[in-house]
Amino acid sequence: MENSMSNPNDPVVIAGVRKIFNQGKPNQVDALIDIDLTVRAGEFVSLIGPSGCGKSTLLRLIADLLQPSAGTITINGKSAHQARVDQDYGMAFQQSGLFEWRTVARNIELPLELKGWDKAKRRARAVEMLELVKLPEFADHYPWQLSGGMQQRVAIARALAAHPGLLLMDEPFGALDEMTREHMQAELLRICAAAGTTVVFVTHSIPEAVYLADRVVVMSPRPGRITTVVDVALGRDRDELTREASGFFGKVTEVREALRGIELSLEARGIEDR
Amino acid sequence: MTDPTPVAPAAPSTVRARRIRRAAMFVLAFLIVAALWEGYKAVGPEAGGRVVGVRVLARTNDRAMPHIWDMFSRFGRSEVRGGSDSILIVVVRAAWYSFRCALLAFLAGSFLGIAIAVLMARFRVIERAVMPYLVISQTVPILVLAPLIMSLMAYNSRDLASKTWLAAVLLGVFLAFFPVAVGTLRGLQSTASAPLELMDSFAAGWWKTLWKLRFPSAVPYIAPALRLAGAAAVVGVTVSEISLGVKFGIGRLILSYGQEATSDPPKLFTAVFGAAVLGLVMAAVVLGIDHLLMRNRQPEAA
Repeated sequence: MENSMSNPNDPVVIAGVRKIFNQGKPNQVDALIDIDLTVRAGEFVSLIGPSGCGKSTLLRLIADLLQPSAGTITINGKSAHQARVDQDYGMAFQQSGLFEWRTVARNIELPLELKGWDKAKRRARAVEMLELVKLPEFADHYPWQLSGGMQQRVAIARALAAHPGLLLMDEPFGALDEMTREHMQAELLRICAAAGTTVVFVTHSIPEAVYLADRVVVMSPRPGRITTVVDVALGRDRDELTREASGFFGKVTEVREALRGIELSLEARGIEDR
Repeated sequence: MTDPTPVAPAAPSTVRARRIRRAAMFVLAFLIVAALWEGYKAVGPEAGGRVVGVRVLARTNDRAMPHIWDMFSRFGRSEVRGGSDSILIVVVRAAWYSFRCALLAFLAGSFLGIAIAVLMARFRVIERAVMPYLVISQTVPILVLAPLIMSLMAYNSRDLASKTWLAAVLLGVFLAFFPVAVGTLRGLQSTASAPLELMDSFAAGWWKTLWKLRFPSAVPYIAPALRLAGAAAVVGVTVSEISLGVKFGIGRLILSYGQEATSDPPKLFTAVFGAAVLGLVMAAVVLGIDHLLMRNRQPEAA
């Protein structure tokens, strides 16, 4: 059903994707089956599900860090591999993955360096990105001199440095405390709205998924698949009040029930989810 | 911003105080050893002590344990009767000669070690094929290899036959490359997965990833390996000098002063001090390299 509506130039088009680890061996794992998903330009999509549902695997398939066992993934109308080579997307992980021997500015410059940009142009863009993530005075600091939230903001600046239209994030705020986390969520929405960035965001926090996303994709494990897609029609202008709105709670409940349904069916099948 | 304030590096004044304290401890330790030496010499039995026929206490006569001031006063004497150069000059010159050999061995050994580590990290096959031989190579005593290397050089070229210093450097390299190869390989293989995935997502190739990520993140492993290599280079060079009788080197000086030890025991100590200073200078050089490599890293919590 997703496929029929998709436009070949949508940022992410996933069709009939399946990912099997250790195929044909005794420890074969069906990580993902029958995945169809289209992410439209400027859309924010959260992937949520219990551990082992393949949400991080799906993100890595989109990023071409893993190859699908079957099916196709198209990014901006080209193959996932070509998109990676062209740096069509930026990526951020739970660990900020900043290089401790580089200053904040030089960390942000890294993808530009790999693209062969000259020094002046790189530095100008790094300054621009630091303005965007509100850390302009930290250009010459080293990552270990920054707090966890600031490090994660630098990682986002790095992911967006080459101005990719697509941002792939794997639990980027998972290691942050609740207050910093909510603050970062608001910042992320602001940054992505400013740049019109499309985002695929993996999380295991229900409120985070709902607060950020236009659509929450609920996934189930063994085998990993999409069970429900929840449309979060809360509009684009979300702020701290959104978290207290009744519409927000309604969507949180909807996602929670979808996840609860997965849990119950797993229990019925005698599979314990840890 | 709601984020906590960034971590400030340690204040420079406390760093300086720590350095002064360390230097003081170094001098103090030397004085304690000297005091123990002279103290034992003063109270210990002149002819040594025996327990059920086994000598357990060293003799304290001036031949076995010269006074420390005798050792240092020898530096002022001329090396041979009527010679113009003082022993100090001769020892410093010999130590400087050996230091240059050891530095060359250290640098060449480090480059070789890093090159081998990169090849092993790049090609698993090479690691599996080469690693056992590297480990075995270090079990061969260099005193056994010294004549072998010398004769191989002589067979290959008449010019090389007289270059015993080159053989000493090669043996220094032989000892120095190993810790660097092992340390660097461990460092290159211990890169965290998140930054590796990140480089992958930027479509960076293996060599770019090596240069921008694996190498810098291996530095905390390479720096201590370089310290080992520095010490190994000094040992390799001086021991080979003794074995090969390299002219001008401190090893040769230890050998010939050792032969004079029956008539002039303190003289040997001057050459030994020279070798010790050579080792200290090498350690300082390596420490400087260490500081240079680690200058932008998070200071370790003291």
